Amino acid sequence: MSELNREDITEEVAEELKGHATALKDALDRGDISDAMQRIAELGEVRDRSLYREVGRLTRSLHEALRNFEIKAENREQQEELSKMADASDRLDYVVRLTSDSANKTMDLVEDTMPVASNLREEANAIREDWGRLRRREMKPSEFRELYRRIDAFLDRIVSDSDRLHGNLSEILLAQDFQDITGQVIQRVTSLVKEVEDHLVKLMVMASDVDRIAGVVHDDGDSSQEGEASSKGEGPQIDDSQQDVVSGQDEVDDLLSSLGF
Amino acid sequence: MKILVVDDFSTMRRIVRNLLRDLGFNNIEEADDGNSALPMLRNGKFDFLITDWNMPGMSGMELLQAIRADENLKNLPILMVTAEAKRDQIVAAAQAGVNGYVVKPFTAAVLKDKIEKIFERIE
Repeated sequence: MSELNREDITEEVAEELKGHATALKDALDRGDISDAMQRIAELGEVRDRSLYREVGRLTRSLHEALRNFEIKAENREQQEELSKMADASDRLDYVVRLTSDSANKTMDLVEDTMPVASNLREEANAIREDWGRLRRREMKPSEFRELYRRIDAFLDRIVSDSDRLHGNLSEILLAQDFQDITGQVIQRVTSLVKEVEDHLVKLMVMASDVDRIAGVVHDDGDSSQEGEASSKGEGPQIDDSQQDVVSGQDEVDDLLSSLGF
Repeated sequence: MKILVVDDFSTMRRIVRNLLRDLGFNNIEEADDGNSALPMLRNGKFDFLITDWNMPGMSGMELLQAIRADENLKNLPILMVTAEAKRDQIVAAAQAGVNGYVVKPFTAAVLKDKIEKIFERIE
């Protein structure tokens, strides 16, 4: 609606300006300087008036935009939620901590599990060898008694070790529960960022309106410092379909071999 | 073989350390950015460096440049293991004298392959 109003105003102002301009030209043609001066003053007045009106309108929408920035919290519960939300960086730190804890817990369990698995394999291999000798009747009775005892112990160990493997794997599974919580936190922060972005866009539009009426032209300095590969790094590339981003190790290898690696 | 692993995330250092241990390398030290890595390299007689690129303080690229400019360290084999995946960056790392480049996420097989290639070329 304000868009429509603004156009109406601009049209009205343009009409008025045209009227006064014609009158000014007539006065100058007639050589009536004092009338011409009068017309110029009137032209200025139209300009000032439309400027004041526009500034008033902008002030009102600016006020509204600023008020929208304070996301409305109606009850205590929402207020609490928002005070947490407001600290988006704290929330993201929490995500970092949670994912790191989970990665470490998983690795602890993997480090605990791997030797169990490789010990089982070693012992099974050794017993299989002796078992072969027994089947080929290459074993002395004393050796057989020893094998008998070892197989007995090994079966016991398989039971307790596979319990341990199973337990560790279940815990690894549970350690992935961070995804649910971090997903929710990130979604909240994302929607907050979107909201702030919307308000900023509105402010930008307003600022460009101010420029338009006041006739300000900006010198858009050199905002682009791209091109040079920054030695600081740019972080992970989310979209590997882009031309300048490799989509995996194979492309890295191709690129490097094209450079003579 | 003494290896230095440089990454700002301890999780990543731990993963790389585990993979290296599986490959039979046990003498491994860690640093969390170029600033802490450089003095270790200068005093520690390391044979191999695995470094991330994007780190606070001194980045992996800056570390690479510092090493190549250092008379005592310039021949140290360096493998970059990083999420930086722009073509320009890979070319820049190659030009700065990196010996291998692995993009995250990577597999144990890729890491093994690149490490072996680097040592083949050196021998």
